[in-house]
Amino acid sequence: MDLIYRPRLAQILEVKELTEREKLFTLRLEGGEVLGHQPGQFVEVSVFGVGECPISICSSPTRGPEFQMCVRAVGNVTNALHRLRPGDYVGIRGPYGRGFPLQESKGQDLLIAAGGLGIAPLRSFIHYIMDNRSDYGEVTILYGAREPKEILFKDEISLMQGIGRCLLTVDRGDETWEGHVGVITTLCPMVTVDPSRTIAITVGPPIMYRFILQEFFKMGIPEERIYVDLERHMKCGVGKCGHCQINGFYVCREGPVFKYSEIKDLPEAI
Amino acid sequence: MPLKILPKESVPLFVDNLLRDYEVIGPLRKDGFYVFGSVRSFSDMELDYPITIYPAKKFFLPPRESLLRFKTGEKVSVEPVVEEPQPKVLFGLHPCDLHSTWLLDAAFLQETPDASYEARRRHTVFVGLDCLKPCDEYAFCKDMGTLYVNGGYDLFLTDIGDAYAVDIGSKRGEEMLERYADTREPTPSELKRLEAAHKEKEENFSNRLKFDIHNLPAILWNSYDSPYWEELAQKCLGCGSCTLVCSTCYCFDVFDKVELNLQKGERIRVWDSCLLEEFAKVAGGLNFRPSRVERLRHRFFRKGKYLTERFGKVGCVGCGRCTRNCLVHINPIEVYNHIYEEQQKSAA
Repeated sequence: MDLIYRPRLAQILEVKELTEREKLFTLRLEGGEVLGHQPGQFVEVSVFGVGECPISICSSPTRGPEFQMCVRAVGNVTNALHRLRPGDYVGIRGPYGRGFPLQESKGQDLLIAAGGLGIAPLRSFIHYIMDNRSDYGEVTILYGAREPKEILFKDEISLMQGIGRCLLTVDRGDETWEGHVGVITTLCPMVTVDPSRTIAITVGPPIMYRFILQEFFKMGIPEERIYVDLERHMKCGVGKCGHCQINGFYVCREGPVFKYSEIKDLPEAI
Repeated sequence: MPLKILPKESVPLFVDNLLRDYEVIGPLRKDGFYVFGSVRSFSDMELDYPITIYPAKKFFLPPRESLLRFKTGEKVSVEPVVEEPQPKVLFGLHPCDLHSTWLLDAAFLQETPDASYEARRRHTVFVGLDCLKPCDEYAFCKDMGTLYVNGGYDLFLTDIGDAYAVDIGSKRGEEMLERYADTREPTPSELKRLEAAHKEKEENFSNRLKFDIHNLPAILWNSYDSPYWEELAQKCLGCGSCTLVCSTCYCFDVFDKVELNLQKGERIRVWDSCLLEEFAKVAGGLNFRPSRVERLRHRFFRKGKYLTERFGKVGCVGCGRCTRNCLVHINPIEVYNHIYEEQQKSAA
């Protein structure tokens, strides 16, 4: 029987500071094993002695056996992760959950809206699209951060622009910022989509969903073509511990990526 | 199913024989209450017991257990803890407790089986004991459909006076009976007494739920925004006693415990409760169920709707332990009836 709580060991190959709060970790499973994830899935990361927490994978499975996680130092485990260096080991369980709709999106246009750290799981999908570019139609990426210094993966923006439109905004600008200022929804008037062939995917803080979803509806995108990625504390990752439950759903099993039509009647979802 | 007769005077020998090869867990009297505990001889047990404080789940889902051992520092290593459990006989489990095991099995053995649960479960023999009368005014097993059992045990005893009628529920049960007990075939009069016992049982339990249990998920769902939940949450102390004694609650928390030398440690699983404030909190402080009303409602919905729909069986077995231990007397059957009547009224 599989020991479902036993992590595999993974070595940290590289740590890159992205902002004051986020670091990008590149890891490899011991023995060079492939993680075998889908974009949008998450892993349970152990810093032994501190604990375990769910982190989404921000690299694409098309890019070799290494994988990446963009981690914000916000809790016990993530703060401990931030103290680790290349060569250190962590535990990895998973990948778990249901990721982004890779198959359903094939041949469709994609409208991707990322708020803050939401760009992390979406980066996995965006890289996947880059590596399978002919499978997908037009791609529009909206990315909003609170401040210019909080923009993640700055050096990859031009790559993202290479696959389609990529519009950036910040809630508050600073003296260096020449781009758009305003919450992410203020980018929407600049976007035109064909709602019948567009899949919309959004990942961001809970408060953002209420507003960005309204924009998707205004564009005429049907509920069953809209996907959201929901955050909860997935403690066990295997549908048992109960912590990540949204009404009857376990985010760790049935999510974290849900079709809007599946969760729109769940009062606890958004 | 094959039926045997175990005379009451043969029960002590049966139990004492079992004790040679098994740890026997049975109902023990403790400070005026009953608990499931390890027995040293049959005389420790009181089979004519109403209900125990805690259910039997702790024998396969312990309140605290180690999942992993790890070493930190230069050379990190991790190994799972899978103990080969002692074979156990749970002796004298009532129908509600047998039903709750079915639910825990569904949670821990389906899809991604939990190895330590599975091992403990595999090494546990169930000897059930029928209830011929309600344990007290708090039980509502009949309403939850758990008054009768259809399998889920190795042996099942029914008191017919000077003997127990033993229903054999498994090959293991049959072998155990052959090996450890002095049984015989039932006489026609004993079969009649068993029938009479069943009839008496039927008469002794009354229905208290005012609607068909199959409608519970829908009735609950319709009550989502009812002010009644707020009213109930005003009473609720949020202490989590109900989840602690619940026979079908299985939520857990996991944490790392490190030895003082910081070189070694264990990953520990402990029972948790969705009624506690921290339960749905994520790192960064956001709490997805910040108010007591949301947490209390979640608990009721989890039993009466979410688990019910997931596993095809009501997530509550009606044992009444939650009510018995609730300091403010929140009683599920009253809650269910209240929301039902509220909906009847508003429909009229």
